[in-house]
Amino acid sequence: MSDEPKTPLLDDLEEGPWPSFVKDLKDLARTKPEVNQLLGQMERSYEDRVNYWTGTVLNLSGYGGGIIARYSDLKEEFPDIAQFHTIRVIPPSGFVYSTDSLRELCDIAEEYSSGIMQLHGMTGDLLMLGSDNEQTHEAGEALMERGWDIGGSGGALRTLACCVGQARCEMACFDTMGLTKHLTDTFIGELHRPEFPYKFKFKLSGCANDCANSMQRSDMPVIGTWRDEIQVDQEEVRKFVDEHGEQYVVDNVVSRCPTQCISLGEGGIDIDDRNCVKCMHCINVMHTALAPGKDRGATILIGGKRTLKIGDMMSSVLIPFVKLETGEDWKCFTDTVRGIWEYWSENALDHERIGEFIDRVGLGVFLESVGIEPSPQMVRHPRTNSYIKFEEYAAPRAGGEPVKAPNIVDKDEQAESA
Amino acid sequence: MTAAKKQLAPRDNGAPDHMKMLHPAMEKNYGKWKRHDKIRPGVLKYTAESGDAIFVVRAGSPRTLSVNKIRQICDIADRFCEGHVRFTTRNNLELVVTDEKDVDPLINEITSVLGFPIGGTGHSISNMLHTQGWMHCNLPGTDAAGAVKALMDVLHEEFTREDLPHRVKLSTSCCQINCGGQADIAINLQHHHPPKIDHGTVQQCELPKVVGICPAAAIRPMNVDGKSSLEVVEEKCMYCGACHGQCPSMEIRDPDTDSLAIWVGGKSASTRGGPSFMKLAAFGLPNNPPRWPEVADAVRRILDAYRNGAREYERIGEWIERVGWKNFFEETGFEFTKYHIDSYRFARTTFNTSSHVRL
Repeated sequence: MSDEPKTPLLDDLEEGPWPSFVKDLKDLARTKPEVNQLLGQMERSYEDRVNYWTGTVLNLSGYGGGIIARYSDLKEEFPDIAQFHTIRVIPPSGFVYSTDSLRELCDIAEEYSSGIMQLHGMTGDLLMLGSDNEQTHEAGEALMERGWDIGGSGGALRTLACCVGQARCEMACFDTMGLTKHLTDTFIGELHRPEFPYKFKFKLSGCANDCANSMQRSDMPVIGTWRDEIQVDQEEVRKFVDEHGEQYVVDNVVSRCPTQCISLGEGGIDIDDRNCVKCMHCINVMHTALAPGKDRGATILIGGKRTLKIGDMMSSVLIPFVKLETGEDWKCFTDTVRGIWEYWSENALDHERIGEFIDRVGLGVFLESVGIEPSPQMVRHPRTNSYIKFEEYAAPRAGGEPVKAPNIVDKDEQAESA
Repeated sequence: MTAAKKQLAPRDNGAPDHMKMLHPAMEKNYGKWKRHDKIRPGVLKYTAESGDAIFVVRAGSPRTLSVNKIRQICDIADRFCEGHVRFTTRNNLELVVTDEKDVDPLINEITSVLGFPIGGTGHSISNMLHTQGWMHCNLPGTDAAGAVKALMDVLHEEFTREDLPHRVKLSTSCCQINCGGQADIAINLQHHHPPKIDHGTVQQCELPKVVGICPAAAIRPMNVDGKSSLEVVEEKCMYCGACHGQCPSMEIRDPDTDSLAIWVGGKSASTRGGPSFMKLAAFGLPNNPPRWPEVADAVRRILDAYRNGAREYERIGEWIERVGWKNFFEETGFEFTKYHIDSYRFARTTFNTSSHVRL
C-alpha cells in the first residue's frame, strides 16, 4: 500500500533477539490497516518526543468505568485512529486461560477493535486496544454476552490480581485464585460504579515472596502466612547440607534469617518459630527440606501505593493473622473490608488513597474507627515523640478525677472481672 | 448501525471461573503441590502429593500481542498443553506439559514460531514491567513498549541464564506517576519545569479539583483576562504532574528537557529484610528513542557492579545496603550529587545519623 506511513525509527525495533511488538503489529496491519496509522502516530512521537493522545471518559451503559478513552491529536493525518479506546476486561484469577476462552477474546478483539491485546495491564486487566465509540459499546455487549466482564477505573475498586497460588505452588498459604474471584464477585458493584474517594486495589499473594507485588502496588495486600511451625524434613536437611556443604548453609540460610532464629546442629536444623517472621527465605533456599506450617492463613496490610501524589507508600500491617479457609472466614474478611470502606469514604478527601488518609488521621484513630485492636505487630516500634493526646487525661477529666495509666493492666482487677 | 434497540447483555458477571481455565493436572492437584525442582533456566518441575508432575516452560512475551500472535500461542498450547496457558505478573508466558519428553519440542515451537526467549526463572533478569507510553497513554513523556524492547534486546542473555547473584526485576515508567512500580532497577521519566497552563482551555477542567490535587499546595485560582484560571507557585512546585493527570491544560511535559533517571534497590517481597523502595542512582539521561543507548549503558554498569560485588541471595538493594552507597557510586562511576539527598517528607530518616562511615 502506498499510503502506509514510513516508520524508520520503529523499524529499528524489528531487529534484535527480544520479540518485537513492531514486527507483530506490522503483521497485524495487513488485515487491520488502522494499526499502520497507530504505528505512524507512534513514529511521530519517536521523532518529536511528544505524545499525541488525549484522554477522556466513555462509559458502557450501567457502568462507571473500565473504558480508557483515547482520541488522537493527529486525527486529520491518522483518521482511522481518531477514536482508539482501551477496554479493560477482568481476567481469570492468576491469568490462567483455556485456549477456547483466549480465542473467543481474540474473535471479539478482531471484530470490534484493532486486534491488539495486552496481557496484562499493570493493575491486572486484560486490555483490548483500538475500538471507536460505537465499537466499544458493541465489544462490551459481546464480551458480557459471553460471560466476561469489564474491569475497573477511576475512584472505584480496581480489577484484582493474584499469584498462581495453589494452582501450582506448594508455598501458597491460602487459595489466592479462589479468594480473588470471591472478592471480585462480592464487590462487583464497587468495581463497576465508582463511589470511593479514589481507587482501591487488592492484590493477593500466597506467601511473603509476594509474586503479585502487593506490598507497594495495592491498597490492601493479602499475603499468605502461618502461625505454627515451619515443617522440617530433617532427612532432606541432611541431604541438602551434604550436597552444598555446611558453610553454604550458614552463609545462605542461617545468617540470612532476618530474626536469627535458625541454628544448624548435628541433629539438623533448629528453628525458633516464635521469633520467625515468615519471610520465606530459608524455605525458598531449602525448598525440598522446609515448608510453611500447617495452620495457614494470611496477613492483611493496608495503604500501599505508587508515587503520585505524595510519594511512594509501602503497605503496613493491619490484621496480623486471619484464617481464609471457609466461607465464614471469607465473609468475616469482606465485612471488615466494608467497614473500612465506609469509614474511608465518609471521611477522606477527594483523590485521597487510603494510605494517605491513614497518614492524615493517624493509624491509631483509624483502627479505633474501624474496630480493629492495636497490636505491636503493626509498628516497627512504639512512638518516639512524647506529644500525645491521651483521651483519658483530656478535659473535662483533667479537673481532678483519678485516672489510671491506660495500658498498665491491674492483675487483681483482671482476676476479679474474670 | 441498528444496535440502539438491541437488548443489553447481562451486567456484573464478575470474574471468569479460573478452575475451568486450568490445565487438567493443575486442576486435579489444586492445593496439593508438594515440591518444585529447577530443571534448567526457564523450566521448572512441580510435583504434587499424588505423584503427578508438571513441567512449566516460561517464555518472555512483549505484553502487547496481536490476535494473530495470541492464536499462534493457542495453537501451540492445543498441541502440547491440552489447551491451557498462563501469563505471569511480569508478562511472561507459561506453558505446562506433563511429560518431560515434550519439554524440548515445546521449547522449539515457542522459540521458532513465536520467537519468544525461554527464561525469566531463578536468578535471572525477568521481563520488564511497563505500561502504555506513546502507544496509548494520555500522559507519557516517553515510550514504554519500545524502551522495554530496546533494553531487553541488550539484556536478553541475562533473561535466558540464571547466573546472577539473585533475581533482578526491572520496570519503566513514562511519567512521574511511576506506573511501572518498584524494581531492582527502574527507569523513570523526570520532568524539569512547572506545568505550562493553557489559560484558554483550562476552564474545561474542574478547577477546585486541580487545586486540591497538588501535593505541594502550589496551585491557586487566578483570573486571567476575565476568565477563571489557575496559577502555579513555581518555588513550591516539584514537577510531579499530578495536576496534568487531572487536567490536560496543565502541560507538564517538555520534549526538550524531560530526561530519564535510574533508580535501584526496590523490592516487593518480604523475604529477609523486607520490602524496600528504590533509590536514585543516576539522572539526566537523554530521552533518546528508539534505542535509548545511554540508559542501556547505565543499566549495564549497575548490573556489572552487582554481578561482581554481590553475594548469592542478595538483591541489588541488599547488596548496596551491605557494601554502602559510597562503594556503589564508586563502582558504577555515577557521581553522587546534592540531588541524591532527599528533600521531601521524612528526608531526615534517610540521613546517616551515626558515625558509621566507610573511609
